[in-house]
Amino acid sequence: MSKGKSKAHGGITSRWGGFFFVLPSIIAVAIFVYGMIAWTLNISLSNKNSSAVHNPKFVGIANFTGLIHDERFTHAFGNLIKFTVVFIAGTLISGFIMALLLEKGIKGEGVFRSVYLYPMAISFIAMGTVWNWLMNSTHGEGAAGINLILAKLHLSFLQSDWYVSPKSSMYAMALPAIWQMSGYVLALFLAGFRGIPDDLREAARVDGASEAKIYRYVLFPQLSPTFLTVLIILGHISMKVFDLIIGISGKTYITDVLAVYMWQVTFDFTNYAKGAAIAMVILLMVAIVVIPYLRYVNKSEEYN
Amino acid sequence: MSSDIVDRITAHVPSHGGSNKKLTGVAQFWLVFRYISLFIILAMIILPIYVLVINSFKGPTVYLPDALNLPKHWTLSTWPEAWAALGVPMMRTLFFVVQSSIISAIIGSINGYVLAKWRFRGSKMVFTLFLFGMFIPYQAIMIPLVQFNRAVGLTGSIYVLVLAHVVYGIPICTLIFRNYYAAIPDEIIEAGRVDGASMVRIYRSIMLPLSIPGFVVVLIWQFTSAWNDFLFAIFLTGGSPSLAVATTALNFITGGMQINYGVNMTASFMASIPTLLVYMFLGRYFLRGLLSGSLKG
Repeated sequence: MSKGKSKAHGGITSRWGGFFFVLPSIIAVAIFVYGMIAWTLNISLSNKNSSAVHNPKFVGIANFTGLIHDERFTHAFGNLIKFTVVFIAGTLISGFIMALLLEKGIKGEGVFRSVYLYPMAISFIAMGTVWNWLMNSTHGEGAAGINLILAKLHLSFLQSDWYVSPKSSMYAMALPAIWQMSGYVLALFLAGFRGIPDDLREAARVDGASEAKIYRYVLFPQLSPTFLTVLIILGHISMKVFDLIIGISGKTYITDVLAVYMWQVTFDFTNYAKGAAIAMVILLMVAIVVIPYLRYVNKSEEYN
Repeated sequence: MSSDIVDRITAHVPSHGGSNKKLTGVAQFWLVFRYISLFIILAMIILPIYVLVINSFKGPTVYLPDALNLPKHWTLSTWPEAWAALGVPMMRTLFFVVQSSIISAIIGSINGYVLAKWRFRGSKMVFTLFLFGMFIPYQAIMIPLVQFNRAVGLTGSIYVLVLAHVVYGIPICTLIFRNYYAAIPDEIIEAGRVDGASMVRIYRSIMLPLSIPGFVVVLIWQFTSAWNDFLFAIFLTGGSPSLAVATTALNFITGGMQINYGVNMTASFMASIPTLLVYMFLGRYFLRGLLSGSLKG
C-alpha cells in the first residue's frame, strides 16, 4: 500500500490525518472496553468479597477455584450448556427450514420475512410475561397457553411442565430464544442462498442432477461460510443470555445461568470479587468463540 | 458475492405462482406444501404477539385458560393504570435514547469515514479491536463502570445510560458506517482531492449528504437496542425508581408480588409499542443494522 494512492475499494492511505479524528474513540474503547476488562480481572483476583472490604488484597485464582466448588455456579454452568445446545440446534434448523421454503421466491415473501423477523425488535422483558403464560405448566383441566393448544390438537401427551421442572427447564427456556432468533438465521441463510451464482444451479441441471442432488451437492457446500457465521452469532448470544431468563422466570435457581448468577452475586450479595470472576468466565467463553471468527473475517476481507 | 447483504435478501426472485407456465403436478404439490408450512410457521411466530395484544384489552381480570381467546368485551380499562406506572419511565427512556442515538451516529459516521477512506498505519488493527468490543459480555466491564460513574459523580443521573450506550455503541456504529462508506467509490474522494478539498471538507460536502441512509440505520439500531436494554439499566441505575426506564419499570411491575394479569400484559404491550412501530415503518433499515452484527456482506 503506497501512500496516498487509491485502490479499487481500499480507501486512501494517509499517514496521520484520519488518526486524530478516530483518536477519541480509540481512547474511549481502550479505557471502557480493554481497561475495564483488565480492572474486572484485577477485582476477580482480589478478596473484595463484600462492600465492607476497603483495601482488597491479591489472592490469586482463589475466586476461580472457589467457583468450581460452588454448587450454584456449576449448576448455572450446566444449565447454560443445555440451553446453548438446544437453542443453537433449534434456531439453526428452524431458520434453515424457513430459508429453504423462501429461497426460490414465493408470492408474499416480503410479508413472511417481515413477520418472521419482528421478534428481534421486542425486548424479552416485555415478551417475558407472554412466555410465562404460554409456558404455563398446568396439565389437563385448567391448562393454559401451549399446553391448552396441545390439548385442543389432541396432543395432550406432549404437554410439558416447561420451566418449572428441573428436567425440562432449560429446554423450555430455549423455546422463546429460538422463537426470537429464527428469523435472523433465516435472513443470513437467505442472503447465503441468493449469493450463489445462478450458473451453478443451471450447470448442475444441464448435467441432469435432480433438485435434491443440486441442494445436497451444489448449494449446501456453498453455504458453509454462512453456517459458520450463524454458529458464532448464536453461540456468543447464548453465552450471554440474561433478559430472557429474567423476563420469564426471574432469579430462580431452576433456570439459573451465568449472567443471572453474576448479577445476583454482584448486586444482591455485593460479592464483587466473585461476580468479577463469573464475568471473566463468561468473557473467556465468548472470546473462545469470537476471536477465531474475527481473524477469519479479517482474512477473508483481504481478498475482497 | 460482494453485493449488499440486504439487497440480496430482498432481491426479487420470480415466484412460481407468478409465471404463466403451467406447473406440473409435482411442482404444484411442492408449492402448496411450501405455503402450508410457511403459514404454520407464521402462526407460531405471531402467537406471542397476539397474546400480548389481545390481553391488553380485556380489563384487569384475565383468566389464564382464556388467554388465547379474543376479548368478550374490548376495554381500555387497564391502560390508565399501566400508564401511571410506565409513563414517566417511558418518557425518561425516550429522553436519553434520543440523545445517545444521535451522539452514537455522529461518532460512528466520523470513525467509519476515516476507517473506510483515510486509513492510517494500524487502522485495520484499530478496527478489529473495536469489533471485539461489540461481542464482549457487558458483565465483564460492569463493576468497573459502576465504580467509574461513582468516581466522576454521574451516579444518580440518567446520563450514566447515555454514556454507556454511546461508548459501547462505538463498535457497531463504526462498523455500519464503515461498510456504508466503503461502498462509495474512491474516485469521488479522489475528485475532491484533485479540486483541493481537505479530508474534513470532503466529509462535509461529499460524504455527509450521501450518508442519510447510514444515519437512519444507526439511529434505529441504537434506538431499538437502548430502548430494549435491561442489563445496563439495572446495573447502572441500581434499580432506583427515580431513574427507572421502560424495561426496569416493566420488570418491577410484572415481577412484583401483586399479580394483576391484565395490567401486566397492558404494560408489556405499552413498553413494546415504540420499537414495534419503528420495526413496522423502518424494518428494512432495522434489518440492515441487525445483519451488520454478523460482520459479513
